[in-house]
Amino acid sequence: MSETVTMPMRFGSNSGQSVTRRDGIAKVTGRATYAADNHPDGMLYAVYVPATIARGRVTHLDTAAAEAHPGVVEVFTPKNRPPVVGDPDKKPFMFAIPIEVLQDDTVRYAMQPIALVVGETLEAATEGARLLNPQYEIEPARTGFDAEPARRAASGPFGRPAEVVHGDTEAGLSRAKQTLDVTYDTPAQYHNAMEPHAIVAKWDGDRLEIDTPNQAIVLSRGFYAYYFGIPAENILIRSPYLGGGFGSKAVPYSPLVLAIAAARKLDRPVKLAMTRAQMFGPVGHRGATRQRLRIGIDGDAQMTALDHVSTAIVDSFDSSFPEPAANASQGLYNASSLHSLMMIVHNDIGVPGAMRAPGEASGSAALECAIDEMAEKAGIDPLEFRLKNYADVEPGTGKPYSSKALRECYAEGAKRFGWAGRPIAPRQMVDDKGFLTGWGMGTALFGAPMFAAQARAILRPDGTGLVETAAADMGQGAWTALAQIAADSLGLPLDKVEFRSGSSDLPDGGVAGGSGHTATAGGALHAAGTDAIRRLGEIAAADPQSPLFGTGNQGFVARDGRLYAARDESRSEAYADIIARAGGQEIEGKGSAARPPEDAERHAMYSHGAVFAEVKIDPVLFQMRVTRLVGAFAAGRIINPKLAESQLMGGMIWGISFALHEEARFDKRTGRIMNTDLAGYHIPVNADVQRLEVITVHEDDPYVNPLGIKGVGEIGVTGTVGAIANAIWHATGRRVRRFPIRIEDLLLQQ
Amino acid sequence: MKRFDYMRPLSVADAVSAYKPGAAYLGGGTNLLDLMKIGVMQPETLIDLGRIAELEAIEMLPDGGARIGALVKNSDLAYDRAFAAAFPMVAEAILAGASGQLRNAATVGGNLMQKTRCTYFQDPHSPCNRREPGTGCAAREGDNANLAVLGWSDACIATNPSDMCVPLAALGAVIEVQGPAGKRDIPIANFHFLPGDQPENETALQPGELVVAIRLPAEAAAFARNARYLKVRERTSFAFALVSVAAALQIEGGRITEARLALGAVAAKPWRVTAAEELLAGQAPTAEAFARAADALLQGARPSGENGYKIELARRAIVRALQMSAAGTPKRMPALPASSFAEEVSHV
Repeated sequence: MSETVTMPMRFGSNSGQSVTRRDGIAKVTGRATYAADNHPDGMLYAVYVPATIARGRVTHLDTAAAEAHPGVVEVFTPKNRPPVVGDPDKKPFMFAIPIEVLQDDTVRYAMQPIALVVGETLEAATEGARLLNPQYEIEPARTGFDAEPARRAASGPFGRPAEVVHGDTEAGLSRAKQTLDVTYDTPAQYHNAMEPHAIVAKWDGDRLEIDTPNQAIVLSRGFYAYYFGIPAENILIRSPYLGGGFGSKAVPYSPLVLAIAAARKLDRPVKLAMTRAQMFGPVGHRGATRQRLRIGIDGDAQMTALDHVSTAIVDSFDSSFPEPAANASQGLYNASSLHSLMMIVHNDIGVPGAMRAPGEASGSAALECAIDEMAEKAGIDPLEFRLKNYADVEPGTGKPYSSKALRECYAEGAKRFGWAGRPIAPRQMVDDKGFLTGWGMGTALFGAPMFAAQARAILRPDGTGLVETAAADMGQGAWTALAQIAADSLGLPLDKVEFRSGSSDLPDGGVAGGSGHTATAGGALHAAGTDAIRRLGEIAAADPQSPLFGTGNQGFVARDGRLYAARDESRSEAYADIIARAGGQEIEGKGSAARPPEDAERHAMYSHGAVFAEVKIDPVLFQMRVTRLVGAFAAGRIINPKLAESQLMGGMIWGISFALHEEARFDKRTGRIMNTDLAGYHIPVNADVQRLEVITVHEDDPYVNPLGIKGVGEIGVTGTVGAIANAIWHATGRRVRRFPIRIEDLLLQQ
Repeated sequence: MKRFDYMRPLSVADAVSAYKPGAAYLGGGTNLLDLMKIGVMQPETLIDLGRIAELEAIEMLPDGGARIGALVKNSDLAYDRAFAAAFPMVAEAILAGASGQLRNAATVGGNLMQKTRCTYFQDPHSPCNRREPGTGCAAREGDNANLAVLGWSDACIATNPSDMCVPLAALGAVIEVQGPAGKRDIPIANFHFLPGDQPENETALQPGELVVAIRLPAEAAAFARNARYLKVRERTSFAFALVSVAAALQIEGGRITEARLALGAVAAKPWRVTAAEELLAGQAPTAEAFARAADALLQGARPSGENGYKIELARRAIVRALQMSAAGTPKRMPALPASSFAEEVSHV
């Protein structure tokens, strides 16, 4: 347990309730201000010029034409780049990437910024950018897995090792009764949040204010301080609402830094809003993978080996983020030997980064299909196969799980879906309209990390509360769920607590990522509220006029604005009365949360789930629809069931997207992505999402953190992709080992 | 965006007289404005037709035909009960296209005039003979999985993206145009051009001419009982077709007396081969007869890149569309128009 929490966890009246999103009305009525809605006086518009080649050098920019365009204020190129103090090619912090801020004329990927045009209007800046008409010295672009021989990655992302070995998989494969050796490909995917990245930057001397959507505002403040040579305290980042982040809004990227630099140079506020097309380059993506999975089983269908080698396409100049797909095979199935290895192939692309369930999404897609193929070979129902290989302790490490209600997920999901009676052989089910029908499943798995956060809680003289932490609401509902935790920690109803968030002048709420935000920021809020109540109790216990005088030893219960003696609830007093007698000063509590390293060493901590899919496929045209998805998830304590289920549904819909739709399509000659808009880069529409059901399985986890929260942000993507692909096999008898699965793949496999 | 002049005439005559080289007519703007923003089209002058009342009528003609003003919104036409009853596959095709919001803004004249969605045409930094004659065709060796398998040339392998035009072609619509030289009619078969060696010549319109109406002949209404549009695509809605088919039949005593058939998304124009239709006349509506028609319609099809699957898919879709058509036009518009998944019924 974290040492900062001094009172036992208490189930309040707010947590566990399906409170409706508190910012919902502001969002649907347009009152919620997103970054690009800000227009400080004197603001200029910046448009960056994206490289239209993937590799080479810019040899000419027609700056005269751009400067002559009415309304253009300044044209920045490498010849007159706006100053950036910190070396853009260095990586000042973990998660930082080398950025392009016009430091030279090199082009290392398409869509890279090669110039910045600032104008009095967006139209002027846009046309100025077009008029620059860049000329290049082009080098051949490296595109695809065949660009070079794959090599071993130096390390995985997030400081993880590139290779994990538990036992000897080669030996495990050679002693296996049956083996499988398959290769699955996953494409490059680009986040494409509804709100593209935007920034409004305003300088006042060496103080900087920026409005920008950001998943980790206090962390990002440090990045910007590095790039502009000012103390982090001089920077204020406001990020009250994000129109989606999905991992792409955690760190600063080139266009955002350029806009701030331009504002400083021109001494006027500058706005830069990226276009949809510009999202396909400088702001991260999920790297493409080619994954080879080898599995061996003995005569009882127990896995003797699980060997997962993932080759990821990475950029040519940083290579820090090989999509860690092979990691997905660690921690889930009880194979007697386990091996995962990350390999890389360099391409001329922007630096890949974390995208919702990084590694796990791509890795789970391949792993769950391979498990299905192995079960098919063994002639066993895929659910039974998974149960046979169920891990009661973390495979490889032997660590106990902090909690693992995966059996219950399998059971409840299967029951809800109606899995029993599913024919093992494919192409057995046809519905009354003649559609081929298939059922597939996949296991969902995602780690339950915690980061570090701080919070402040104040009890006001009128007995209401104010809580503060710089958290980020990307749409997942932090404004609501975190306020519920905070209200409980203060023993107040939700409407008596003011919650401030989304601004870097508040205590650090940590990163909204890794599915750890509610646990982390929530943990800090809980600790802060608890601390405020503790201080209030001390005052009351020491006050002879209080009914609580002298009860300090037994502790207190805080409920609905009153403090009660823990063992004698006939003795109680309202917060406001305690504070009034003490002089009417507000009472401040502070809290922080982080997982002690020894806790992380002791237990393996994951959220789990089971996803069941039904697909229907036209037997002639092979058009596919996912007609039913049931996901059962065990993710510790659920703070807000409505929001948590929405998160899980969103993840599962992303699973549909991954299985059937999403893909950046590269021109193999130029290395440029050709579908850089949402007409060409498909994600599911409503008609692609039919019956979608989420079950949350009760799970008490005493070890993961004091609140018992694991997180639901990413796990929904995992399991779902494999479930859909396996259902397509079950409907058609065809294994398509490339995502997204297309009509063409089924048509030509006949 | 490049600066441009903007005019909003109140009559066709004023619009035509306002025309000068470098000008473009603006309908709903759902295609032209996008292309202007990304620099693919850069008119000096935009002549906005949006206030010309004479272009906004849907007229059901006494002879059973129909005349649709060029500025009628896609949605308004598809939801016009009399029109949809007489020409159901046109309504179905329109509702299979784009999204509700786009159909509410887009006009039928604009639908007829929309540009190819070939990504190389839409990218000013790629060679494209259609956009910039003589620069070459980047699509030939590029990402061409959804480009033409019929009627293409070495100069261009683009497809026409319209759904609406496919049934219009099958039904022999006539396009009424007006320009500096007056009014004239263009049969839809002659309206869109195949690329040949001049893909930049996209339609039969002369400079300054604009579409004022689409006419459907009376005989086209005779197919109302057996007329379907089928659109095959990767996404259930809001996606361009891989292949689409307009199939209409007249059936008497178990025999097809007359057939109309056109393919979409396979060529730079809706693909109609009357010989394929003639093969069906006098036949029973069987899968075998439909397959023969499909072969005839696909005569000469060949991949222009990694798109050979579209030929087999088209063959299957033609048979399916004819089967759907033979089964009869549904009494109500399916909730998923033009889909093989169209089991549910919408509010329309």
